[in-house]
Amino acid sequence: MTPEPQVSEGIPTVRPIQGSDRRFLSALVVLGGGYVVLLLAMVAADLFYTTPGHLWRALGSEEIRYAIRLSLLSCTLTTLLSLWVAVPIGYLMARFEFPGRSLLDALLDIPIVLPPLVIGLSLLILFQTAPLRRLEAVFPVTYAVPSVILAQFMVACAFAVRTLRNTFAQIPPRQEQVAMTLGCSRSQAFWRVVLPSARPGILTAATLAWARALGEFGPILVFSGATRMKTEVLPTTVFLELSVGRLEAAVAVSLLMMGSAVLALLLVRTWGGSGLRGRGAFRLE
Amino acid sequence: MISLRNITVQAGGFRLHDLSLEIPAGSHTALMGRTGSGKTTLLEGLCGLRPVLSGSVWIGGREVTALPPGERGIGLVPQDGALFDHLTVRQHLVFALEVRGWSEDRQASRCQELADWLHLTPLLDRLPAGLSGGERQRVALGRALAFHPPILCLDEPLSALDEETRAEMVGVLSGIRTRTGITTLHITHNRSEAERLADRILLLRDGRLES
Repeated sequence: MTPEPQVSEGIPTVRPIQGSDRRFLSALVVLGGGYVVLLLAMVAADLFYTTPGHLWRALGSEEIRYAIRLSLLSCTLTTLLSLWVAVPIGYLMARFEFPGRSLLDALLDIPIVLPPLVIGLSLLILFQTAPLRRLEAVFPVTYAVPSVILAQFMVACAFAVRTLRNTFAQIPPRQEQVAMTLGCSRSQAFWRVVLPSARPGILTAATLAWARALGEFGPILVFSGATRMKTEVLPTTVFLELSVGRLEAAVAVSLLMMGSAVLALLLVRTWGGSGLRGRGAFRLE
Repeated sequence: MISLRNITVQAGGFRLHDLSLEIPAGSHTALMGRTGSGKTTLLEGLCGLRPVLSGSVWIGGREVTALPPGERGIGLVPQDGALFDHLTVRQHLVFALEVRGWSEDRQASRCQELADWLHLTPLLDRLPAGLSGGERQRVALGRALAFHPPILCLDEPLSALDEETRAEMVGVLSGIRTRTGITTLHITHNRSEAERLADRILLLRDGRLES
């Protein structure tokens, strides 16, 4: 007789695992496990390469402290800007059919599929055009802090848009329609029903945008340069330390970034909840 | 009274064309028909959730064709309840009242009245995730009836329920009619449910109505 699924913390458990299931699941674990082992080995290698002393010295360096401050500032601003843009785009793309929708969809994915260097190069060329050169005369962007934020934003926002589009698509339109029969205008239904329901997705998009911005390097190198104490963010520091042969400092900064990224992704899992685990997942014991 | 006069409503590739229907005030009309026959499209046209391309919609002697859904005086209960995941049962019951600017005292009093009536009092502080199928539909009913709409539209509200809960909900719906005399349009696939609740059963076949 097939065992009845038991439910533990919302996740059904099936046991005992039958012989054929065990072979199948073992094959999956072996195939996927190699990648996980490689990831862990990379982190372990970094950890063994550096010492607490290296990490401490890295944190004491004026340049690296500046890079940490600029990274925190630029990633936070990038995240806010990304949400500002991704919430309306994600909602429109999830809810409405309009001419050119497929084209717009493909356009929005460009920053995800293009090499990051190309994004930086395109931004650089854009800011060489006459109208933007006039703007730069009063508000310098290229090779200045705003270029760091813009380069991070162009890539991170695409991930936020993709996440929020899926989030809004999963909220049944019937909820909004019911809210409208109850007296809401479309905008009231959005603010009162859709946006609160999308909260976990918005937090996930924010965290992904932040983590993505933290790791961005290619477009920053091209569009902002790698000038110490000016446009230096943490990935730039790794590049600069490597280029002068200070491998220990580069590894220490890499570990700092890894720690931040892991923390951000753990927050995504916490906020994303069961939606990220997948509905109807089985707990293996 | 509900009066649909020669309405045309489009839903994707499907079109409900030149359809007319009169539903007397205080009656319970069941609308049956195969999946894809246009029942939900008709209901959406009536509620203002889908534009009526031609013809007119009248409710209680007033033309509402161009009015937004919230000004038509219709309480809607969809198939799955479409409860708002982030709101408690209490917040559902006062949702329409808040939007319509009722005072907090009136909201609280109406909320308690609905909770007593629909046996929701012990559930008032629960979120939808913690409710059973029957409880969810009772909340959806309470939310739809809170602002005293003259019309109630039910879109297969019992189809996802087990037999016992369905029988219980038939009793609840019957009680609503006795208590409020509300005009009801009830879409269902279940003939026995329609026969128990409705004064009149209409069949929608390929966009045309048959009695």
